[in-house]
Amino acid sequence: MAQLFTRDTQAIFWNNNKTAIQRMLDYDYTIKRTKPSVAAIVAPTSTNKFEKFFYGPEEIMVPIYKNTAEAKAHQPQADVLLNFASFRTAYDVTMEALEIGGFSSIMITAEGIPERLARGMNETAREKNVTVIGPATVGAIAPGAFKIANIGGTIENIVQSKLHRAGSCGLVTRSGGLFNELSNIIAINADGIAEGVAIGGDRFVGSVFIDNLLRMEANPEVKYMLLLGEVGGTEEYKVIEAVKSGKIKKPIIAWCIGTIAKYYDSGVQFGHAGASANAEAETAEAKNKAMKEVGIHVPASFNDLPEIISAVYHELHASGTIKDIVEPPINVCPKVRKSKEFICTISDDRGDEATYAGFPISSLATPDTGKGIGDVVSLLWFKKQYPKWATEFIETVMKTVADHGPAVSGAHNAKVTARAGKSVVESLVTGLLTIGPRFGGAIDGAAEYFKYADDNKLTPAEFLNHMKKEGVPIPGIGHRIKSLKNPDLRVEGLKKFAREYFPATPLLDYALTVEQLTTSKKENLILNVDGTIGILMVDMWRALGYTEVEIDEFITSGTLNSFFIVGRSIGFIGHILDEKRLAMPMYRHPMDDILYDVQVAEKI
Amino acid sequence: MAQKAIREYDAKSILAKHWDKYFPDFTYAYETVIVRNGSELTKAAKEKTWLKEKKLVAKPDMLFGKRGKNNLVLFKDAKPGDVSLAKAASWIDEKSSTEQSVYFSFDGDTPTGEPSVDMLTHFIVEPFTPHEQAEEYYVSATCVGDDDVIYMSAEGGMEVEEGWDEKVTELAFSITATEDEIAEKIRANVPADVAEKDKANFANFCIGFFKAYRELNFAYLEINPFVMQGNKIELLDMVAKLDDTAGFMMKEQWGNIEYPTSFGMEEKSPEVLAIEEADSKSGASLKLTILKPDARIWTMVAGGGASVVYADTIADYAGIEDLANYGEYSGGPTTGETKFYAETILDLMTREKDAKGRDKVLIIGGAIANFTDVAKTFTGIIQAFENYADKMKKVGVKIYVRRGGPNYEKGLKDIKEAADRLGLYIEVYGPETHVTDIVRMALEK
Repeated sequence: MAQLFTRDTQAIFWNNNKTAIQRMLDYDYTIKRTKPSVAAIVAPTSTNKFEKFFYGPEEIMVPIYKNTAEAKAHQPQADVLLNFASFRTAYDVTMEALEIGGFSSIMITAEGIPERLARGMNETAREKNVTVIGPATVGAIAPGAFKIANIGGTIENIVQSKLHRAGSCGLVTRSGGLFNELSNIIAINADGIAEGVAIGGDRFVGSVFIDNLLRMEANPEVKYMLLLGEVGGTEEYKVIEAVKSGKIKKPIIAWCIGTIAKYYDSGVQFGHAGASANAEAETAEAKNKAMKEVGIHVPASFNDLPEIISAVYHELHASGTIKDIVEPPINVCPKVRKSKEFICTISDDRGDEATYAGFPISSLATPDTGKGIGDVVSLLWFKKQYPKWATEFIETVMKTVADHGPAVSGAHNAKVTARAGKSVVESLVTGLLTIGPRFGGAIDGAAEYFKYADDNKLTPAEFLNHMKKEGVPIPGIGHRIKSLKNPDLRVEGLKKFAREYFPATPLLDYALTVEQLTTSKKENLILNVDGTIGILMVDMWRALGYTEVEIDEFITSGTLNSFFIVGRSIGFIGHILDEKRLAMPMYRHPMDDILYDVQVAEKI
Repeated sequence: MAQKAIREYDAKSILAKHWDKYFPDFTYAYETVIVRNGSELTKAAKEKTWLKEKKLVAKPDMLFGKRGKNNLVLFKDAKPGDVSLAKAASWIDEKSSTEQSVYFSFDGDTPTGEPSVDMLTHFIVEPFTPHEQAEEYYVSATCVGDDDVIYMSAEGGMEVEEGWDEKVTELAFSITATEDEIAEKIRANVPADVAEKDKANFANFCIGFFKAYRELNFAYLEINPFVMQGNKIELLDMVAKLDDTAGFMMKEQWGNIEYPTSFGMEEKSPEVLAIEEADSKSGASLKLTILKPDARIWTMVAGGGASVVYADTIADYAGIEDLANYGEYSGGPTTGETKFYAETILDLMTREKDAKGRDKVLIIGGAIANFTDVAKTFTGIIQAFENYADKMKKVGVKIYVRRGGPNYEKGLKDIKEAADRLGLYIEVYGPETHVTDIVRMALEK
């Protein structure tokens, strides 16, 4: 891997760090990336499913997942993990991600992870060929392609420091603050950087100077490298060895900070945890001297870095190794942005013609389109194009539940309201308000309980026992008059349709074994129409590839009930119009149909 | 700083606490006390009767070695192994009553270099353990490069230190090495000089020792020597460092551990302790080291890397004679935290005028921040200015500011306005000025 990141690189951001993520998206917009660089957020304690961010003047939604595994499953293309967990949990998050696999690099920001844990995590990553950036770092950047979190600072500073497009320097530092400073110095004295990594300030970091410099040696965009080391450790000597052995041929400019440390005994800790010399060779001066000896460009002091950068750059430029850069056009992020109060993900009326989930209404409405109301439901409710068998099933359900006569409570209420002189809509909602756990709710309940039993592999007997303990009659089982011998033909129709057109009907098959047991106890304890609908809906979603979790969400959010609401509205409106047509008078319930049992209230 | 030295007494206590887990085949009496003076020792003897019953050894427990060569190990009164409780108590009182000179390096028995002079405040007292020289062994473990290394020798004490290369067996293990791999390799590499009959025991002890080193998050652990008599172990001398970043998960295992200041090092000032405490409570980083409190150049620099560059540059321009402190604040401290940090420094630097009558210099420096809000942190510094302006004017303080990053324009403007309003001398620069150029400007005047 010659390049750490490309313009297609996407990350999973562990922790909903809104400022840092917004900075990444501002960067994406500025450099005109086609896809946002953050594909997902992992936030274990969040109850939200997404977070809104600005993408230029617009807003986009980044999905939130409860854990890394889920995020990775939904966003398999995101191969960078930005681990913003605290020092207490950063290790676990990294190890879990390494276990899940599919990450090419992991950046860890926490400072002060226990050393043994840091070493274990770095070693495991190395064995799995995953590049670890950090711990205790602000990250890395591939200008013009991908930037991690806060590196580079504000978007103004990024453009100022030419971090919005690739230059020719490969920059590696320990310090995050100085990374920024050097980017600026390189932008002023040369043409900016091609790739940069702040490796982190802790004693044990994943990728070290040599790992990054070897990658940059192989990256054709990098023409020379700048290494900013520190007092302490011996990592710089690996670079010296690589230069000596010819593994690194590109020019390197290098400086180790911490020359002051020589004046003090080891009791004074300068800078980062890693910055403490245990031996003469680990002092900044010894390292600067040793680097100079192998031909690395080492200035006399940090203050002379700009001069030496300019000299190396101009030499490479004069020899033609570095070409002039054509400055790419950039987007400018608006200074003032307003967050949107409402979000719509199903339809759009901003264009020439309004669309349902991307389809113009005219492409769905007329008979010649071959589309039915089931297609409209699949687009507007599920944002998917369901196959014909599924849309036809949806239509079958709606037709089946459209009416059940005037006596059921919903229709009765609608009729009473209409007779009180109320409008169609007032009468309709009165009917609809009756829909709930007792009226129409068996569809939801059947789906929920039968799915529970099936998910938990309960035998029919165990399921019955379970329901008995809960003290609930099984929803979707039982009919007033119908029995196995005298079957409900609506149910037979639904079952027949499903058998013929569904790829599989596992929950229905299970429900029928339950029915066998219940009808053996009492004839009319059959799988009724509500039960059949609820159960077949689950089978439909399973066959369409939804996960069990998604199906559970459909059930709890009341999606099943929605089919009943839409279907039965047709019937309610029929009854209301019927009342209007008949011009029936105000209804008053006959007193002889009411049992009056009124006692005089006691004083308390 | 992650690796911190602990007292010998604490090192032994940690091992003793987990003894059965790591050394189930061995016994250790854990007869040891730590005292600050003779009367504490006498008092301890009421509970720990072995102090009265046994002959004793006493030595300072203050993070330095070579105590024998410094004549600071009491093991004989008239002859070796005859030290009574009363003798130990009076010796401790004597040694703790006046400053002692301690040499940290020796050429043979001759001390080299300058001694450190300080009071002895902590002593460890244990039973005198009669044993053969052949029963003394050496074991230690630490991290070298990416590996953990165990050092084992059949000889302990001075001898191992003086003949390190011939007498010590070194084994390196990667962090991911399994317990079985480690045990197998240690068993196969017991130093040849260990008596044949003791080899299995020695290997078992070292395996347990290395496991304890790994699992209890020691950064360094040395027993020199330990005495092994069959299954009976005595830990005669120990040195240990802990990885204090593991403290949050080792609360139970370590107990309430203290990280003392080394002998001869100045005690941390209340200001430094206050900053350390603020640092430990903050998600940001606040660090302060006082180098020379009467010097005239004080720094208040943001960032672990930038602060070092400023210190380097000051040393290059002016030497270290004029540098009063080293420190840094970073990681987005709050306004309140920055105010506290700034007030601590302003308080220290305005206590005395410069001895040569020059103005003092305050360097408020920093690189171009990644995410720290400059205006927010500068608000804290401005609040500190407001409280210390009179003192600053009295002593004579020139302020030089250089900073970039989020909201830096506002930060720089605010601090300039505040200083002007308060009548303080200030020069303010942004990212267009080289990061350490204010050091040159300040020192050229």
